[in-house]
Amino acid sequence: MITMGIQRLARLLRRLPALPGAKEPELLIGAVLCGVAVLAALFGPMLLGGDPAAQDLFHVLQPPSWSHPCGTDAFGRDILLRLVYGLRLTIMEIAVSLVVAAGVGVPVGLCAGMAPAWLDSAIMTVSDVVFAFPGLILALLVVSLMGPGLFHALLAIAAFSIPVYIRLARNLTVSLRHSVWVEALQVLGASRARILFLHILPNAATPLLVQATLSSGTVVLSAASLSFLGLGAQPPLPEWGTMMSDGRNALGAAFWPCLFPGLAIAAAVIGLNCLGDGLRDRFDSSSRR
Amino acid sequence: MSRLLRRAAALPLIMLGVSAAVFVAIHALPGDPARLMAGPQAPESTIMALRVRLGLDQPLGAQYLHFLERAAHGDFGISLRDGSPVSTVIVERLPYSLALGGLAYLLALLVGVPGGAFAAAREGSWGDRLLMAATLVGASLAGFWVALLGMEVFAVRLRWLPLMGAGDWRHYVLPALVLSLLPMAMILRMTRAGAREVLRQDYIRTARAKGLSPWTTITRHALRNALAPVVTVVALNLGGLISGAVVTETVFDWPGVGRLLVDSVRYRDYPVIQGVTLLSVLGVLLANLLAEGVIARFDPKARGA
Repeated sequence: MITMGIQRLARLLRRLPALPGAKEPELLIGAVLCGVAVLAALFGPMLLGGDPAAQDLFHVLQPPSWSHPCGTDAFGRDILLRLVYGLRLTIMEIAVSLVVAAGVGVPVGLCAGMAPAWLDSAIMTVSDVVFAFPGLILALLVVSLMGPGLFHALLAIAAFSIPVYIRLARNLTVSLRHSVWVEALQVLGASRARILFLHILPNAATPLLVQATLSSGTVVLSAASLSFLGLGAQPPLPEWGTMMSDGRNALGAAFWPCLFPGLAIAAAVIGLNCLGDGLRDRFDSSSRR
Repeated sequence: MSRLLRRAAALPLIMLGVSAAVFVAIHALPGDPARLMAGPQAPESTIMALRVRLGLDQPLGAQYLHFLERAAHGDFGISLRDGSPVSTVIVERLPYSLALGGLAYLLALLVGVPGGAFAAAREGSWGDRLLMAATLVGASLAGFWVALLGMEVFAVRLRWLPLMGAGDWRHYVLPALVLSLLPMAMILRMTRAGAREVLRQDYIRTARAKGLSPWTTITRHALRNALAPVVTVVALNLGGLISGAVVTETVFDWPGVGRLLVDSVRYRDYPVIQGVTLLSVLGVLLANLLAEGVIARFDPKARGA
């Protein structure tokens, strides 16, 4: 049942219209936003200077000004500086959860695609069981078992993305394994592992990369949600969700400690979604497999 | 119909797998629920008695069978936090979550379906572009951020709406709007995609050729056929709605199941966490099954083996 559901959703998602008009602007918007983000994460701290945790209790909740373009928070910390350091954290979050999710999901999916039917269906059933959990519920379960903390939150987020990679890698493998060149490799005596990892994986890389880009937006939103709930990154880490959770207490007196981290999240997620959609459209023929 | 029955039959099996996974995960923990429940100052004898009473002294397999037997009777154990039965705690909170989630879905459908139909009818127009850009932004915003800004503007500054909590209809406005954002964006995009595809069919050309206006063509002929993907997206996004509800309920201090879960995670109240998790998975599976049924009812092509 869920299998069919996922297949149907995948089919539907592929039919989702990208931004209307030309396809390229979307790719451009995404690439520019993501490029600016990477540059800001690399050089921002150097340009701005200062310690993101440095408190200045004489200048708490200062509105945006020339010296503090995004204002200061309830501890007098510069919000722009914290946002830039938060960007580094965000990139790290994406990297960790993608590496874990794809690192587990892709090899399992590749093997399922080549495995005998009974093993394939066993793996897919387990994957479907995990997929039946609403994302954040599974994440909360994992965090409640392992304890709060950014790393645990990232593992939790990776946990609910694993089934997506398993299914995608498996379907790609199934579609490729009967192609002529795979049969030729088999005739030449190549081992199953060699065929899977040296020949099928490179051919499946593009759709997997598109999927990774598209799920990066979800990672950013989920990590911020968990941190906002106090179950992910802990203060004083300048994680965007944590910053908003801090800013929440100042609402009524100052809105900027909440406003700017939310804008940063929106910009990052819009950039990643545009990039993912744009890449999907560009490589449509390969992601349709 | 037989496929539907087969899927319905698979549902208990999947639930069994999910419950076993959750049960084993929770019981593999280093901590001792009896010690947690009795409190830090409890003497060893009390903890031992509690362990026997909760059945924690038995092997894991026996505990799981015992859990299944009680769960079949609606008994999911006792909350470690306040000592009342888990089922009672959940049933008390459930109406609040259902009301909020139902309202959010209703809003999403009321805006998403006409919006998507409009965008498809005027494909490429500025209205279409604007709506598509809005859905992209709507799906990229953090719900709790929109919630906080909404509270700041409408509750703190303008004082039009209450800040948080549940009460009369005005308490529903902000949380339901926030929760509806993501499904609204998805439904709008799906309706547009579905309607666009249907609008290319021959029978639509016939309808237009006999002189019907574009709007009548869409509402009377196209929409009915374009809605199957919308039903699927609504059902498959129930998981997303539940995830969103957890955060939204916590921000607005809404007394629903989502906030109950967050509070229980903070207190490590495992019986409640287990109960809420199983309930939400069951909800998602049932919604999928329902969507299959609805689609099979409206789309004869989907009924095959």
